[in-house]
Amino acid sequence: MALLSTERVTMRFGGLTAVSGLGVRIEKDEIVGLIGPNGAGKTTAFNVITGMNRPTEGRVLFAGEEITGLPRHEIARRGIARTFQNIRLFKELSVLENVLVGCHMQLGANLFEATLHLPGYRRREREARAFALDLLREVGLASNADELATSLPYGKQRRLEIVRALATRPSMLLLDEPAAGMNPQESIELMHFIQRIRDQFGLTVLLIEHHMQVVMGVCHRIYVLEYGETIAEGDPAAIQNDPKVIEAYLGAP
Amino acid sequence: MKLQRTHVYSLIATAAVAGFLGVADATFDAFALRVLDLCGIYVVLALSLNLVNGFTGLFSLGHAGFMAVGAYTCALLTMTPEQKEMNFFLEPIAPWLANLSIPFVPALVVAGIVAAALGFLIAAPALRLRDDYLAIATLGFAEIIRVILTNTQSITNGALGLKGLPKFATTGVVWACAALSVAFMVLLTRSAYGRALKAVRDDEIAAGAMGVNVFRTKVVSFTVSSFMAGVGGALLGHLLTTIDPKMFTFMLTFNILLVVVLGGIGSITGSVIAAIGVTILMEALRFLDGPLDLGVFQLEARPGLRMVAFSALLMGVVLFRQRGLMGNREFSWAMLSRARVLPRKGGPAGSGGGTHGVA
Amino acid sequence: MTFALFLQHLANALSLGSLYALIAIGYTMVYGILRLINFAHGDVFMLGAYLAFYSVATFLLPWWAAFLVAIVVTAAFGVLLERVAYRPLRDSPRISVMISAIGASFLIENVGIVVFGGRPKGVAVPDVMNVKLSAGGISVMSVSLVIPILTFAVLAVLLWVVHKTKTGMAMRAVSTDLDAARLQAIDVNRIISFTFGAGSLLAAVGGIMWSYKYPQLNPLMGVMPGLKCFIAAVIGGIGSIPGAVLGGFLLGGIELLTLAFLPTLTGYRDAFAFVLLIVVLLVKPSGLLGGSQIEKV
Repeated sequence: MALLSTERVTMRFGGLTAVSGLGVRIEKDEIVGLIGPNGAGKTTAFNVITGMNRPTEGRVLFAGEEITGLPRHEIARRGIARTFQNIRLFKELSVLENVLVGCHMQLGANLFEATLHLPGYRRREREARAFALDLLREVGLASNADELATSLPYGKQRRLEIVRALATRPSMLLLDEPAAGMNPQESIELMHFIQRIRDQFGLTVLLIEHHMQVVMGVCHRIYVLEYGETIAEGDPAAIQNDPKVIEAYLGAP
Repeated sequence: MKLQRTHVYSLIATAAVAGFLGVADATFDAFALRVLDLCGIYVVLALSLNLVNGFTGLFSLGHAGFMAVGAYTCALLTMTPEQKEMNFFLEPIAPWLANLSIPFVPALVVAGIVAAALGFLIAAPALRLRDDYLAIATLGFAEIIRVILTNTQSITNGALGLKGLPKFATTGVVWACAALSVAFMVLLTRSAYGRALKAVRDDEIAAGAMGVNVFRTKVVSFTVSSFMAGVGGALLGHLLTTIDPKMFTFMLTFNILLVVVLGGIGSITGSVIAAIGVTILMEALRFLDGPLDLGVFQLEARPGLRMVAFSALLMGVVLFRQRGLMGNREFSWAMLSRARVLPRKGGPAGSGGGTHGVA
Repeated sequence: MTFALFLQHLANALSLGSLYALIAIGYTMVYGILRLINFAHGDVFMLGAYLAFYSVATFLLPWWAAFLVAIVVTAAFGVLLERVAYRPLRDSPRISVMISAIGASFLIENVGIVVFGGRPKGVAVPDVMNVKLSAGGISVMSVSLVIPILTFAVLAVLLWVVHKTKTGMAMRAVSTDLDAARLQAIDVNRIISFTFGAGSLLAAVGGIMWSYKYPQLNPLMGVMPGLKCFIAAVIGGIGSIPGAVLGGFLLGGIELLTLAFLPTLTGYRDAFAFVLLIVVLLVKPSGLLGGSQIEKV
């Protein structure tokens, strides 16, 4: 049974159909790519899966349960985490604090015990801090722990966003253009990073990306969208040779 | 818990403040004491507004409404039946209220709870709105409350208001509430819950994606803020010993907003300093409303000049120094170390306490 | 109540609604372009009325000259207000701009109290507005007829400007996407100034006509109408000029007709607008004629 699947998901905004009849299946431990020209509906698909938008039609299923239209925090609770196309870090919080927000669910603190700093809460907070620092160490950001998140250079901010998502202990990770703005060298490092965290944390990954190097290098399977429709699906080799895909990206010959 | 150097400093400072208040209570004249107590009340009010505006990022303009509800609740609960009969001469008070009379501190708590309940009811619909709509909606609620208070003659005595409230808001009570408010805010903002609030403020979409129940967080923040506002309003009523609906207009919310903006939205220290500073300044600048003797020529009394000064001050701050006095930083003993007022913590590593007071 | 009495109330509602509409247009135009609630708009309305008053009382101008002078000066003031209080904060968080707007509003009100004096001033209503017209059992003052006519004339001119001129097209572009408009070589600052000027001019017209209908001025006279007219703009669909007009009439109508049928609620009159606002915000926040706004993630 697929870990995540969508059934005939369609998303309409007024007169615009952003996504039409989307049916993806992602098996556990896979790394799946979602590609397509700009405006193809990739981020909208992410938004539907993660509860930002309720689909006009269709269903989304995760681990055998329907999650269509659930609120964002509920979806996070079930184990789906994401990063964003335009980095959304908490601007006034430090690097460490950003990751700690990711630990929010595991802390489970209510107002009362948090404010009074009760012993049970203090212990869980200590554990969360240790966990967060470990995660930061993995990506070489531990020395920046107390700096303002936005003071980091762009590449490190992207890594921080991924680490923050990891702090929610997800079973599935959705990455929206993680390699955006990176040079080829950084993209390759990112590729290895994605593979490493998938192995280390037992994740299933769905990623949107424009850097073909990254996509072809790391994905097991790829879906191709154009104008909201799925025009191709398959492994990297098949996709690279698919005439419809070539036409979508380069125009008809 | 080890007794660190900073804890010792904090204890000494608290004792010094308490000592000062005790001396003031004994030696200040009535007017000065009233200003001092007003400062304390404004600390409570500023912190309550900062909680919802500064730390959670919700632009709420309805504070005066919660203050009014708190003030009236507390007044009606603590006034003796004789005092009530004296006040309600136009229309007798509703029978179930006539003989109700409980001690001050429980009444204060009830006032807060009633205001909080109202805040909770308003929060559910209002917090779904975007910032500017939220501002207008909360302003609208405050006005509705005021209109209702003006028209329910048998419960609130309508436009006549209530006079002769027992003077329960002593220096001790007021500043105890102020201290409690500061302690609560410090503990809250340094906790995981405080982090969640700030995350919602900074980016509620990302916060939701991280598992924070954004809506519930906002509602809780709003409700707690309303509780504090209710207590603040009750204290105000019992300091001034008279309340009427015209006291609780948008102008009152504006005054508190001024304090919060001046002190720095998102800074507890800023709110405390600004609350005290603005209250004293308000009194000090009262002369602006009277005749002015400028040596060469006299200006006749121009009431309103004082508020002109304050409006200009607010605009000046928001245009030239948006972050106010403290921005969103907090006071830490390390600040004084860096300024060489206090000895540094030993070693080349230097002092602790970064820009966010992470201690 | 008799039909004649009902018509009387309706006539009053119509003129009050027109006044609300005139002021609401200013709010909606500014919000449409800058996503800013111009809290000071109600005070601009007050300024227009006072300027006309002083032009007549102190400078002894005939009423129509005072009218023209006042609306032009007020329009200029609106432009100045934007330049001083809002433009420097264009790239700041929304909360800062809102605080600036509130501060500006209080500043204008309090300067008004200091300069004009807090005591109400009586306005000399021009003779042509003071004629009592009677027909079929109902009577209205001529001013009550002039107002709706004026409002519709203004609306027609404004819609023509917005839809048939280059400036109007630029306004619509800026209100859809400010940055994109800038990239199209539209002088965004000029358009914004124009919008503020036009909105303030309309507010001044509304203020002067208001003072002819309710001939008592005080520096805080713009507070309540200002709030109510923003609410009217929201009800009709913020950002839509026809929406603002619709909202204005709706609000005026509901306010006066409710009082006509339920006179015991007089004390709650001001609350109607707010209750209506909350209902609208809960049921259809985009207002009657407004479209929905999607946030891109």
